[in-house]
Amino acid sequence: MSAGQTDLLLEVEGLRKSFGDHVVLAGVGLAVRRGSVCTVLGPSGAGKSVFLKCLGGVEQPDAGTIRFDGRLLNAAARADFQRRSSFLFQSNALFDSLTALENVALPLEQTTGLPDHEIRERSLEALRQLEIENFRDRYPSQLSGGMQKRLALARAIVTRPELVFFDEPTAGLDPLRRNAVFAMIAKYQRQFGFTALVVTHDVVEALIASDRVALLDRGRICFEGTPAEFSASTNSVVRGFRDSAEALGSSLAAIRRGESIQSDDA
Amino acid sequence: MLRLLGAQSLHIVFGLGDFALFTGRSFRAATQSRRLFRRIIRAVYEQGALCLPVILIVGAFTGLVLGLQGYYVLNRFGSQGLLGALVSLSLIREMAPVLAALMLVGQAGSALAAELGIQRNSEQIVALETMGASSHGYLVAPRLIAALLVFPLQTALFVAVGLWGGSLSGSLLLGVEPGVYWSSVEQAVGAADVRECFLKAAIFGLLTISLCAYHGFHADRCKSATGARAVSAATTRAVVHSSIIILVADYVITSFLVRS
Amino acid sequence: MKKTTLELYVGIFVLMGIAAVAYLTLKLGSGSLVGGETYLVEARFTNAGGLHGGSSVLLAGVTVGRVEAVRMDPADYSAIATLRIAKVLRLPTDSMASIKTTGLIGDKYVALSPGAEEAYLDPGARITMTESAVDLESLIGKMAFGSVDTDKDPKPAP
Repeated sequence: MSAGQTDLLLEVEGLRKSFGDHVVLAGVGLAVRRGSVCTVLGPSGAGKSVFLKCLGGVEQPDAGTIRFDGRLLNAAARADFQRRSSFLFQSNALFDSLTALENVALPLEQTTGLPDHEIRERSLEALRQLEIENFRDRYPSQLSGGMQKRLALARAIVTRPELVFFDEPTAGLDPLRRNAVFAMIAKYQRQFGFTALVVTHDVVEALIASDRVALLDRGRICFEGTPAEFSASTNSVVRGFRDSAEALGSSLAAIRRGESIQSDDA
Repeated sequence: MLRLLGAQSLHIVFGLGDFALFTGRSFRAATQSRRLFRRIIRAVYEQGALCLPVILIVGAFTGLVLGLQGYYVLNRFGSQGLLGALVSLSLIREMAPVLAALMLVGQAGSALAAELGIQRNSEQIVALETMGASSHGYLVAPRLIAALLVFPLQTALFVAVGLWGGSLSGSLLLGVEPGVYWSSVEQAVGAADVRECFLKAAIFGLLTISLCAYHGFHADRCKSATGARAVSAATTRAVVHSSIIILVADYVITSFLVRS
Repeated sequence: MKKTTLELYVGIFVLMGIAAVAYLTLKLGSGSLVGGETYLVEARFTNAGGLHGGSSVLLAGVTVGRVEAVRMDPADYSAIATLRIAKVLRLPTDSMASIKTTGLIGDKYVALSPGAEEAYLDPGARITMTESAVDLESLIGKMAFGSVDTDKDPKPAP
């Protein structure tokens, strides 16, 4: 863990984004502490992934400020931000034409001027840390879903980022694997000391793995606090989301099991 | 009706401008991209080595047919001696650059559009951008640079095989003296023809590969479809637009290169 | 695909391509005048129809040069062709240049027939004895109506 526990690594204020007449983000504010795991919950269509895209610089927000490590994130600071942060995508976004090792080496090759042997060493180290070293010459399509997730995480941490964004890391996985993914995030977050910002709609797993929870609803953050506070909250939106999530849980689990057969064993 | 026309023209102009920007950005990104050479090699393999068989087969049969057709036409005037000139000039000025480019679009261009479309779909392109790597520099620039090299080479191979095919049908099957055929070839072809041939090939390569990359890269812009259907729509658009642009550009280049 | 095999295929392809390019540019593109020194002479024709830059210049059926350019002389409405001729070939001042056709529908070319004078044409000099292109259409017209010998009044084509 980093020294300054009270330090805010990421501060977002008044973030707005709309597509045409459709307002997706109506002023989102969020602060993430250094070394913590912060989860943004929300039903589908609440603007979670647009929020993440705005942070990643893929979408340009209409208004609002983002501060990273106390510095305003503008065009000039973007390169520094990209060097010190990384993304884990819902679909893993691994390159099919590259082997596991080449995939992990890619960010180092493209964004640093390191010599070849050092890139190789650091990539191998990342694979070793995630216990997938034996699969370094396999292509992503030859790996199972869980392995692919780990490979994607290896690629995300190989640049030794301070901040890792997780976009729906459990989408399409069955409950058992969802647990495993959150356990993985928590484990490696502690091991490497990065700050994690997770966007998900899995309430149960998020509550176990996170330090802070925020609920995004209709383009606004309507709750922000610890998992315990979230569970105890009497806020109507929180209650509604919590209850509906639990009620849907059993039926969704059955559906997800059906999905997971396709997405995991492919 | 008039508004529709206006909207369509604006749409086309906007698209062309966007396409030009895309190409320019890719070349600019190439200057900053790291380890570009390796990816150029890979792109040369995709566009060059993998497409070589189809180029050789199509080239040989184009030459064979030109030799056959040319012989029967020239035979009427008793000028079979000009067969070499007919085959070589048709090949070098028009057939080789156009047909080779069409074949390369069919094989390499469609594959490129589909690959980039899937990479867009599976967030690989976004992933590159969040890494701070230029997706244009990584994915598009090596393909464009390779195209500038590969298309002229493929066209030259097409011409060589086509001339050989023409001599095969002309002299082996129909009895034009090989010496007459080859001296007619050498007599007819001038430096300007060869320049025109390579100029066309390079321009076609740049235009088509860039166009295929553009459509694949922006597969997510498709309004009517998403996912796999968007990729297939993007690939179709890439191939159709590339084929059209080859023929349009061929006409424009030919008309500008008025021989004095 | 292993990296070395990939590179091998790329190498083979590039080599083949370069060989083809070299064949086109060296063997075909520059004709038989590659590297040789040349000089320019001019020839005035009353009709240079079909002649253009790049047309061959032949002497005794052998290519000895190319037409550099064809332009109009506004003073007397004649065409002036600039010929680039191999340096090794020295032409007597009374040489004749005529525009001929390869076959019936072939390209036009300039045929040179050397004269007998002792003096030779200097670079930039003008060939005075010329024979213009045969008007193919009128010739065909004559042939079609069988009046090559008795060409009094050729009828217009139907």
